[in-house]
Amino acid sequence: MYDFVFKPFGEMTPEDYEEIGFMSGLEIHQQLLTKKKLFCHCPAGRYTHSYNAEILRHMRPTLSELGEYDGTALMEFKTKKNIIYRIHRDTVCTYEMDDTPPFLINEDALDIAFEVALLLDASIVDEIHIARKQYLDGSIPTGFQRTAITCVNGKIPYKDRVINIIQMSIEEDSCREEGDSGHNRIYLTDRLGMPLIETVTAPEMKTPQEVAEVNELLRRLSRSTGHVRTGIGAGREDVNVSVRGGTRIEIKGVPQIHRIPLLTYNEAMRQWNLLRLREELHRRGITQETFEAKVDDVTFLLRKTVYQPLFKAIESGKLVKCVTLRGFKGLLTWQTQTDTYFAKEISDRVRVIACLTELPNIIHSDSYENTLSSAEGQKLRKTVGTHDDDSLVLVWGDKADAEMAANEIIIRAKEATLGVPSETRQALRDGTNGFERILPGPDRMYPDTDLPPKRITPERINKIKQSIPEKYWLREKWYQSLKLSDDISKPLAISPFADLFKLVVNEWKVNPITASNFIIQFPKRLKRLRLNTSILTIDVMKSLFDEYRNGNITKDSMLFVMQDVCRMGKFEPEYLPEKATPEEVEAAIDAALLNVNDLEIKIMGKFEHIISGYAMKNLRGRAAAADVMTIIKKKIGKEK
Amino acid sequence: MEYNQEDYKGYRGAGLDALMQYEAKIWSDVEIIANDGGTYIGIILPRSVQADEEHIVIKLRSGYNIGISANKITGIKINGRKVANYKIPEKAFPHDPKKPRVKLFGTGGTIASRLDYRTGAVIPAFSPGELYGSVPELADICNLETEKLYGVFSENMGPEQWIGTAKAIAAEIEKGVQGIVIGHGTDTMHHTAAILSFMIQNSPVPIVMVGSQRSSDRPSSDAALNLIHSVKTAAESDIAEVMVCMFGPTSDDYGLLHRGTRVRKMHSSYRSTFRTIGEIPLAMVDRNKITPLTQDYKRRRRDRDVKIIPTFEERLGIVYYYPNMHPDMIDSMIDNGYRGIVIAGTGLGHVNKPLYPALKRAQEKNVAVYMTVQTLWGYVQMYVYDTGRDMMELGVVPMANMLPEVAYMKLGWALGQSRDLEEVKKIMMTPIAGEITEREPSNGYLIYQGGIPEVEEFISKYNK
Repeated sequence: MYDFVFKPFGEMTPEDYEEIGFMSGLEIHQQLLTKKKLFCHCPAGRYTHSYNAEILRHMRPTLSELGEYDGTALMEFKTKKNIIYRIHRDTVCTYEMDDTPPFLINEDALDIAFEVALLLDASIVDEIHIARKQYLDGSIPTGFQRTAITCVNGKIPYKDRVINIIQMSIEEDSCREEGDSGHNRIYLTDRLGMPLIETVTAPEMKTPQEVAEVNELLRRLSRSTGHVRTGIGAGREDVNVSVRGGTRIEIKGVPQIHRIPLLTYNEAMRQWNLLRLREELHRRGITQETFEAKVDDVTFLLRKTVYQPLFKAIESGKLVKCVTLRGFKGLLTWQTQTDTYFAKEISDRVRVIACLTELPNIIHSDSYENTLSSAEGQKLRKTVGTHDDDSLVLVWGDKADAEMAANEIIIRAKEATLGVPSETRQALRDGTNGFERILPGPDRMYPDTDLPPKRITPERINKIKQSIPEKYWLREKWYQSLKLSDDISKPLAISPFADLFKLVVNEWKVNPITASNFIIQFPKRLKRLRLNTSILTIDVMKSLFDEYRNGNITKDSMLFVMQDVCRMGKFEPEYLPEKATPEEVEAAIDAALLNVNDLEIKIMGKFEHIISGYAMKNLRGRAAAADVMTIIKKKIGKEK
Repeated sequence: MEYNQEDYKGYRGAGLDALMQYEAKIWSDVEIIANDGGTYIGIILPRSVQADEEHIVIKLRSGYNIGISANKITGIKINGRKVANYKIPEKAFPHDPKKPRVKLFGTGGTIASRLDYRTGAVIPAFSPGELYGSVPELADICNLETEKLYGVFSENMGPEQWIGTAKAIAAEIEKGVQGIVIGHGTDTMHHTAAILSFMIQNSPVPIVMVGSQRSSDRPSSDAALNLIHSVKTAAESDIAEVMVCMFGPTSDDYGLLHRGTRVRKMHSSYRSTFRTIGEIPLAMVDRNKITPLTQDYKRRRRDRDVKIIPTFEERLGIVYYYPNMHPDMIDSMIDNGYRGIVIAGTGLGHVNKPLYPALKRAQEKNVAVYMTVQTLWGYVQMYVYDTGRDMMELGVVPMANMLPEVAYMKLGWALGQSRDLEEVKKIMMTPIAGEITEREPSNGYLIYQGGIPEVEEFISKYNK
C-alpha cells in the first residue's frame, strides 16, 4: 500500500505526487496598510525591540460555543508556560494588554478586505460576526484572536483551472515571539493587533511547486490593491499538506514563498514515512490495542554516567525517566524527513509539552552513539527488564517535567500505531518541520461578546466596486500584446500606477515601452541612487507625463527631471530643463567628437551612436535625441 | 402561524419567515442556497434579540459565524441537527477530611459564566462540580461547598440581596465553616463589601468577596486565579474581616486583600481595578502564601459568636456635587421623602451657597445629611473655611475619611436601625470596620504619575 519510496526533492515528478495522493491548500496572511490597528487606535506598523514594561500571564482553556474543549487548548494548558509580554508605550495601549475592551472595528481595514474579496469574485457576507479564535500559546494576551469572516466562495484562475477560495477573514495580528526556554516564553507586542486578512484556499494544489505558484498569485492579487503592507513579515503563509491516508497538517509561519516547495515535499515525505512506520508496527503486531510501554526511574542507576548532560542533570537534582517501548527496536531511527528520524517526533513533543527546551532532551537505545557507554546500556536493559526487540527512551528534568515528558513519549509512540497525528508544525530553516502544537479544530471558536454583529450594506460594497483595480492577470495579457517584457509587466500589473499607464497609453498615446520605463524602471534606478522615490506619486507622475506629451520633457530628459523632483521633494514646472539652444547642441557634439577621436572605434557603423551618447550626456537631456542625431549626421557628413 | 418560539429562538420578521418557510429550526445542520450563487454550509444558531430581523446566523464548518441576509435565501436543505450543550465539565469536588471547609456563595458576576444566546452576552454559571471542572486547583486548598444565592449582575444587587447574603453568611459561620467566599460582579462589589462589613460583626472567620474583570469564558481570564486566591484566603488566612480579593497588578502574579470599607473599583476595565483608598491593603496573596502588609486587623477565632444587624433604609441617596448645582436637586429628594443624603463635596467637603437654603430645609424635615469628599483620598475638614462651618450649622455632618459609597451604605444601615437622627449620628461616627480611621498612613495615598523617570524605572522593574 505504501510501497512508494521517496526520491530526492529534485527528482520527484507530478506523477510521483499523484501516486502518494499529495494535496495542499494555503492560508495566506497579509497585513493591511492602515494607519491604526484593527480594534484600537494604536499606530500600526511600528516595530521595536525596546520595551517599557512587562506583564505576566497564564492561559487556561475555556469551552467553545458548542460546549467542547479544544484539544490544542488542553495541550497548551498542560505545558504551564509563564507568558511574558514586553510592552512599549508607543505601540501598545491597554487594549492589547487585555485591560480595555475592544473599540469598534477599523473601517479602513474592512474596506481593504472587501476590496480583495471583490477581486476574488467571492460572496461578501451580509453581516459580520466577530469571533474569538483561541490561542493558548500566549501569542495573543487575551488568549484569543479577534477574527471575522468577510467573504466565502472565491476563486482565482490558475493554469487551465481555477483554485477555489474557501473563505477570507479579517483578523488582528499576533505578538512576535522573542524567546522560549523552559517554562518562560517572551513576546513582543508591537505587531499585536495590526489588521490582516487570511485567505484560505481549497486543498487543490497537486505538487509543491503549484503551492508556491498559487501563493504567488494570491500575494500579487492583494498587492495589486496598493493597500497592503509589504516587506519582511507583512505576508506570511500557513501551508496545509496531506497525502493519501495521511492527515491535514498545518505548517505555520512560512516567511518566504520560495521555501514552500521543499517544506511541503518534506511534510509529504514525513506523512508517507509515518504511514509506512504504521505498516511496520502492524507487521510487528503492535496496534493501538496491543501497544505496550512502561516508565522506570533510572536516576540512581545513571548517577555516574559518562554522558555529561545526563551526569550534570542528575547532579543538579533532576530525575531520569526511562520509557520502554515494547517491540519498537530500530524504529526510533526510522526516517521521517530529510536527515530526520522518528526520535525527532518524540523529542519535539517533549520540548513543547514538557517544556524541556534544552537539546538534546532525549536519548534512546536505537543509537547511544556519543551518549551512554555500552556497559551502561547493558546495565539499563537488565535493570528495567528490556526484551531484545524493545527500545528505550531516556528523558531528564525536574520531577513534574520528567513525568510529563515520559507520559508524552508514550502518547507519541502510541500515535505511531494510528498514523499521522493532527498537528500544527513549524517551518524550519533546512526545509524540514518540527512539532508546534496539536492542530486546533473548530472548537476553539467563540463569538466575541464584546462587539455586536455588523451589517454590511450593498451600498458600501458597490462603492468599493467602483474603485477596485482591474484584475492583474487581465492587465498582464494586455501588456503581452503591447510586447512589454516580463520584468516590466509583472510589477506594473500590480502597481498602483497601472491605471495611469493605461491612461497615458490609451488616451495620451504614449509609447507603451516608454511609459512603462518611466513608471517602473526609472524609479528603480533612482532608488539605487538612494533617492526618495516616494515623492513620485501618481499625481506627480501624471503631471510629468502631461509635460512629456506636451513636449516640455523629452524622453531622454525624463530621468533627470524625476531625479530633480526626488531631490527637491516636489514637482514644479520650473524644474523642467530649458531646451538647449542650437549653439549648445553644436558645442556638445563638438566636445563629444573630440573625445571620441581619441578612441579606437572598431565598429564604424555605431560611430554616430557613440557620439550621440556623449553629446546627450553633456546636454543632460535638454535636447531630443533625434534632433541631436540629425545634427551629428550632418556634421559627420560634412567632415567626410 | 403557530410555532414554538424556542425552535426559532431570537428570530423575528424576515429572518423568522425564511426559517419557517423551510422549517429550519435553530441547531439544524443546513445548506443555505442564496440567489447570489453562494451556498453556505453550517449550523443555524439562535439570534440575539437585540440584533436586526434581516439576517440568519450560521456557524460555518470552520467554526466561524456569519449572518446571511434572509431576503437572498432561495432554499435551505436540512441535513441534520447539532444542539449545543454548553456545560462546563462537572466533576464531583473531592473531599479531604484534613482540609478546611470553605463555603462559596454565588450572587452573579463573571467569576463563572457562560454564553447567553438570547443577548449574546455572558451569563453566570456556577456549581462546585463546574468550578472543580474548570479550576481543579481549588481542591488542593479546601473542601468547597457552594450555594447560589442570586444570579444577578452586580448593578442589580440591592437591600434585599444584601440582607439575604448577610443572613446566609451568618448561618454558615454558625454551622462551623472555616471561611466564606462570595462571588460577586465587580461593579458594585465595594458597595456590598461595605454593607456586609456593617451587617456582619465580630465574624470569627474570613469573609472574602471575589469576582473577575475578564469573564471566565476567555483563556486570559483573571477568574481562576482570583478564585484560587480568595479560597486560599478564606481557608487559611488569619484575617477575620470582610475583604475584597482581586488582582494586585494586571499580571497573573498576586492578589490583594482589601478591607471591605476602604476598597473601591478605580478603573472600568483593568484587572487590577480594586484599590484600597486612604490606607494600605491588608495583605498580598498568591498561590503559595498570604503575606500580611499590616498587623492592624481582626484575628481569626475558634468561637462562632458572629452578630448580624441586617437592616437597611432604602430612602437615601448620594449627591455628587458639581459647581452650578441648583438647590432643587436637594429639594426634590426632601420632597420625595428621602431620609438620608450623602454629599460627595469638593475639596475638603464643600458645596455652593445657593444650596444652603435646601440644606436648611433638610435639617428642618429631619433628613440626615452627611458630607464626604469626591477626591476620595483625604479627610473632610469643615473648619478650615467659613463655608464648612456654615454648613455644619445647617446640620451637615462631616464624615472624616469615609468613602462616599461607604457612607451611603452605612447611613442606610444606620437609618434602618433608628429614626432618631442623634442615634443615627452616633452609629455613623463610631468606627465599626475601619470605615473611619484616626490617621492616614503616609503611604496610603499613592497615585503615581506615569512618564516621570522614577515611575518609569519602577514600571520597568516590576511586572505591571
